[in-house]
Amino acid sequence: MKNSHPFSNFFYSLSGSLVIMEKDARIYYIKPPVIIFGILFPLFFLLAFALGRKVSSFILVPGMVSMSLFFTSSSVGPLITPWERTARTYERLLTTPISLFSLILGDAMAGFIFGILISLIPLFLGFTFFNVKVAHPFCLIGNMLLSSLCFSSLGVALSSSATEAPSQAMMLSSLVRFPLIFISGIFIPLNNLPNWGKIIATISPLTYTTDLLRFSLYDDGFYPIFLDLLMLVIFSILFFGLALKLHKKNLIKAI
Amino acid sequence: MDKYKLAPEFGGERKTTQEDKIAIKVSGLTKYYGDFLALDRINFKVEKGQIFGFLGPNGAGKTTTIRILTGILIPDKGKAEIMGIDVTKDPIGAKKIMGVVPEVCNVYTDLSAWENIILAGKLYRVRKGERQKRAKQLLQKFNLIKIKDEKTKKLSKGMRQRLILAMSLIHDPEILFLDEPTSGLDVKSTHMIRKILQELKLKGKTIFLTTHNIEEANLICDKVAIINRGKIVAFDTPERLKSAFKRTQSIEVSFDRMPSDIKWVEDIPHIDRYQILGDKLRLYTPDPDIVIRELTKYTEKNKLRFVSLSTLGPSLEDVFVKLTEEKETKL
Repeated sequence: MKNSHPFSNFFYSLSGSLVIMEKDARIYYIKPPVIIFGILFPLFFLLAFALGRKVSSFILVPGMVSMSLFFTSSSVGPLITPWERTARTYERLLTTPISLFSLILGDAMAGFIFGILISLIPLFLGFTFFNVKVAHPFCLIGNMLLSSLCFSSLGVALSSSATEAPSQAMMLSSLVRFPLIFISGIFIPLNNLPNWGKIIATISPLTYTTDLLRFSLYDDGFYPIFLDLLMLVIFSILFFGLALKLHKKNLIKAI
Repeated sequence: MDKYKLAPEFGGERKTTQEDKIAIKVSGLTKYYGDFLALDRINFKVEKGQIFGFLGPNGAGKTTTIRILTGILIPDKGKAEIMGIDVTKDPIGAKKIMGVVPEVCNVYTDLSAWENIILAGKLYRVRKGERQKRAKQLLQKFNLIKIKDEKTKKLSKGMRQRLILAMSLIHDPEILFLDEPTSGLDVKSTHMIRKILQELKLKGKTIFLTTHNIEEANLICDKVAIINRGKIVAFDTPERLKSAFKRTQSIEVSFDRMPSDIKWVEDIPHIDRYQILGDKLRLYTPDPDIVIRELTKYTEKNKLRFVSLSTLGPSLEDVFVKLTEEKETKL
């Protein structure tokens, strides 16, 4: 038997990503607590901020949608690999004809779809209760797709630490994700931030998601659109590359 | 008609070479974990259709070898080929034709037995119709069809292990890798797994298994290799290995009452070592005749009666102990 063609193996392996995505959805995402957390958490967080104060829909709706995208896309990703290691299903998965790239892609795709679907809820709440209109529909779609991909890749990158305990992965995930919501112009729009705040905001991918949402819904963005989109692409590649590198590095420890 | 034979590339018959008979070929395989040398230039070949037993003490390099052969780890040096496919260069191609049961693994406990085996079929891209047909056949074969819709968290260890083995066969692989497949299982599941492995061999499948159970290797393996401290110390059929260690014959004896002090055994000439096995005494010797005479004298003197007395040839376990011990003494 001769070695098979790299291209045929690539497509064969890529189709495996869809199987991984389906597996993740069934085992980890389509669970009542995960869905309820995905819907309620960003909502409660924002209400806690907005209640008792006069907060305009310009801050509230993009904030709600961007937080929803951020927290849902990256919610389960950090836990999948530690869960699989603890449950002793990870090594068997590695012996199937799926490359590590496809395995990670499958995990990221599951978070991507979950993030988009759940984020439609706060978006429609915005349309219904705050009478928000879409100023730039293609920009909105592009933003949701790119942001969800970016955040799900971040989730998968966080899952690749050497730890086997899901609780430790959760701690790491919270440590990375929570500070980001305070520096990304969600509660205070970027143009109202002091200069040092504007500088710090540039290191968060969530900044560009929120900015693009304000542009898509209110035609009022801080950065040029192409810069927002470019930064989201860069962060997506960076997080996915990091996930791949860390998974490879920690493979021996993981099995 | 036979005067002009077509070349193989034009549809002519191809002569079977020695290489075509080889399922697994390992040459110079070396693996380090940091400074620790886990595998030291190991070489071996496994023929197609054989059950090959890979034996060794804990930490000898069995699992590292199996992980390299199954494309999980990359060797630092050397080459591993599965049916002629270089595992390092084309891991996906090699993984397509193998089924693997890792040492410590589990099924998805949130899914049913049926959902688990179907998921395995999807991971190997078995077509829907074929996948469902084979899943049903395998669950029947492994006596799991009645519980196919139950969540696997409710299944016993033996049932889960049978399910894992069924999952590894969903794509009808040419080679099966099993890392300690019967470890910790009940007798019924162990017998069922052994029987199925024998059936797979009859169908021409190659089976590579690591085991701590030397008797298991003796019973079902065509060839065995013993690995110790990352080096292959023996490679042959179980019977030939045993015959190479004829010196290690033993006598198993039990008396109507076990003497409280058995230091007298050490005074019997030609005793290499001895063991107390429950109510029996096993004496290892190159000369059973002298030992039996001495034992008879002892029973007469101490007014004991023999309950049983048998001479045993060297077991594969003796060979294993001898080889791994010798290696340790040299080191």
